[in-house]
Amino acid sequence: MKPVLLDVAGLSTTFPTGRGPLIALDDVSLSLDRGRTLGLVGESGSGKTVLARSIMGLLPAHAHRQGHVWFEGQDLAALSPRDLRDIWGREIAMVFQDPMTSLNPVMKVGRQITESLRHHLRMGKDEARTAAVDLLDSVGIPEPKRRADEYPHQLSGGMRQRVTIAIALACWPKLLLADEPTTALDVTVQSQILDLLQAKQAERSMAMILVTHDLGVVAGRTNEIAVMYAGRIVERADTATLFAETRMPYTESLLASIPRVERPSHTRLQAIAGRPPDLVTRPGGCRFAPRCPYAQPRCAEEEPPLLPAPTPGHTFACWYPVGTPAGDEALARNTASNEASNKAADRAADGR
Amino acid sequence: MNARYLGRKVLLLVPVLFAVSALSFLLLNLLPGDPAIAILGPSATEQSVAALRHDLDLDQPLPVRYVRWMGHTVTGDLGRSYVSNQPTVEAVRQRLPVTLELLLLSQLLALALAIPLALLAASKPNGLLDRASTSTAFAFLAIPNFMLGVLLIYLFAVRVHLFPATGYTPFHDHPIENLRAMALPAVTLGVAELAVYLRLLRSDLIATLQQDYITMAQAKGMSRNHILLRHALRPSAFSLVTAAGLNLGRLIGGAFVVEYLFALPGIGSLTVESIFKRDYIVVQGTVLLVAVGYVLANFAVDVLYGVLDPRVRHARATA
Ligand SMILES: Nc1ncnc2c1ncn2[C@@H]1O[C@H](COP(=O)(O)OP(=O)(O)O)[C@@H](O)[C@H]1O
Ligand code: SF4
Ligand SMILES: [Mg+2]
Repeated sequence: MKPVLLDVAGLSTTFPTGRGPLIALDDVSLSLDRGRTLGLVGESGSGKTVLARSIMGLLPAHAHRQGHVWFEGQDLAALSPRDLRDIWGREIAMVFQDPMTSLNPVMKVGRQITESLRHHLRMGKDEARTAAVDLLDSVGIPEPKRRADEYPHQLSGGMRQRVTIAIALACWPKLLLADEPTTALDVTVQSQILDLLQAKQAERSMAMILVTHDLGVVAGRTNEIAVMYAGRIVERADTATLFAETRMPYTESLLASIPRVERPSHTRLQAIAGRPPDLVTRPGGCRFAPRCPYAQPRCAEEEPPLLPAPTPGHTFACWYPVGTPAGDEALARNTASNEASNKAADRAADGR
Repeated sequence: MNARYLGRKVLLLVPVLFAVSALSFLLLNLLPGDPAIAILGPSATEQSVAALRHDLDLDQPLPVRYVRWMGHTVTGDLGRSYVSNQPTVEAVRQRLPVTLELLLLSQLLALALAIPLALLAASKPNGLLDRASTSTAFAFLAIPNFMLGVLLIYLFAVRVHLFPATGYTPFHDHPIENLRAMALPAVTLGVAELAVYLRLLRSDLIATLQQDYITMAQAKGMSRNHILLRHALRPSAFSLVTAAGLNLGRLIGGAFVVEYLFALPGIGSLTVESIFKRDYIVVQGTVLLVAVGYVLANFAVDVLYGVLDPRVRHARATA
C-alpha cells in the first residue's frame, strides 16, 4: 500500500527571542491523503503560517523545528536543503498571502513562471514560454500572451494572485499550501480566487491545505477542517461534522464570528473577547481558558489532550465539550455565577 | 527602454546643461579685479591688457559676452591658453583619455570586487566573510587617497618593482605598459569606492533577501545562487547606482590628487598646472568639461533606474 501523502507527526517549532523561546508550534500532528483538502483555521497569530512553513521546511535560519514530516513515506525533516529544493515547487507548492509582495517586482510575469518549468522540468526556452502562457490562460488571465511580458505592478491584486497560483501549479505539485490566499484581496475577488483554487484542486486531484482566519471561507470548500489555537490543533473533523458537532468552545466562538449573508448587515459580529496567550510566557492548563465561556478550575491546571470523539475522524481537546452534559453544566454554572456577580454589582451601585 | 521615458529625460537635461555652462562662464568673471590682469599678471603692459580685454570681449556687457562665449563653446571652441597658445580643446583632447581611463579602471575594479563580495557577505550576514569584509572596508574608507597612494608606491614600486611609480604610456602604444602604469593609480582611487559600494550593496541585499518574493522564489525550489543573482541583485542595486553617480564628483576630486601623485597627464593635472600658471581660460574649459561630465553621468544614472526597475520606467513615462 502506498504511504499516505502527508503525515505530520509531533511537529514543534520554536523561535528564540530576547524574552526566551517562543513556541509557535507545539506538538502538531495531522495527516492528509492524496486529492483531499484541509482547511486550517485560527485567529491571526495562532501559528498557521508557521505550520505551513514547517511542513515545507521553509523557515528562517534561527527557527528550531522538531518532529517529522512524512511526505509519501519520506521524512522531509531529515532532508538536506539541496534535496528539499527538489521537493519545493515541484512536489509541494505554496501560494502566499499577499500577491503585492510575493511577486518579484523587476521580473516579467512570464519569467517568474518559466524559471520553475525550466529548473524542475528541464523545459527548453520556447517550450517553457508556451507552457507559461497556457498556465496564465488556465488561471483565468485574459490576453495571457501579452500579460506574460508585463511586470507585476501592471496587474491588479486579483490578477497577481492568479499569477502566483499559476506559478504554484506550474510543475503539477501533489500538495498545495495556500496561506490565506485571499486575505489581502478585495472582497469582490476573494470568492473568485477561492473558486479558482477549488477548481484547480479538483481538476488535478491535488491535495490542498487552505489556510484562513475565517471559518466561513473554508465552510463549503474543504473536506476537513483543523482549528488551531496558540500553536496547537484544538479540533479537527470532516467539514460537515465540525459544523454539526462542534465540541471545542474556541471553534464555537469562531463559528459565531462568521459573517453571514442572511444576517442583516448591521448585526454586530461576535468577536472573541480577549487576546490569545503570549507564546513565550504561556501558563499551563488549557490555552483558551482565560477567554472560554465554559472554563472551570480544572482548565487552568491541566491541558486537555487532543482525543477522538465518537464520530470517526473527529478529535478535539477540551474538558467540558460543547453540546455534552459536562459542557452544558459548566456553561450553566458560569452563567449563574456571572448573573450573581452582576446582581451584586447592581446592588452595590443602587446602595450608593 | 521606453522612447518616451528617454525623451523626457533628455528634455530635462537641457536647462541643467545651460545652468552648468553659465556657472563655468561666470567663473572667469568672479576673479577679483580685472580678469585680463589676473591672467597676464601684475607686470603686464597696458597694451597687452587692452588687447586681451578685447580678445576676451571684456569690453562688452556680460550678456553679450555670454552669448558669444556660448556660440564658441557649442562649436567646440573653448578659447586658447595664454601661456602655451595651445587651443584648450586640443589640450583637453590630449589629456582626457588618461582621466577617463583612470576613472573607468578604478570603477570597474571597485564594482568587480564589490558585487561578488557583497553577494557573499549578504548570503551569510554576520558570517566570517561578512565581518572580515566589513572591517576591511572601514579601514580602507578611513585612509585618505594620497596616503594610500604613497603606501602603494612604496610597497609595489619601491620595495618590489612590480609597477612603475610614476609616468604614463598611451594604451595604443603599449597596452601592457599602459595597464601597469595605471594599476596603482586605479587601485588608489578605487579602493575607497569599493568599500562604499560593498557596504551599500550588502545592506540592500540583506534587506531584499527579507522580502516575500525571495521566500516565494525559495518555495519554488530555486537554488541559492539563482536567487541571489536573478532575484535579489537587481532590486538591490539602486543605492549602488545612485552612489556611483553621485560619487563621480568626489571621484574626480580624487582623480586630481591621484594624477598629480602618479604624474599622470590627465585633466586633473592639466587643471592643477593651469591654476598654478594662472591659465584661466584652460581652467574654465576643464571646469566646464568636468561639470558637463558630472551632469551626463547623473543622467545615465537616472536612465539606469528605469532599466533596473520597470515601475520607475512606467510611472515616469505616464506622469
Ligand atoms: N520569524 C519569526 N520569529 C519569531 N516569531 C515568529 C516568527 N514567525 C512567526 N512568529 C510567531 O509565531 C506565532 C505564529 O505566527 P503565524 O504562524 O504567522 O500566525 P498566523 O499565520 O496564524 O497568523 C506568532 O506569535 C508570531 O509572532
Ligand atoms: S478545556 Fe476548559 S478552558 Fe479549555 S476549551 Fe475546554 S472548557 Fe474551555
Ligand atoms: Mg499567517
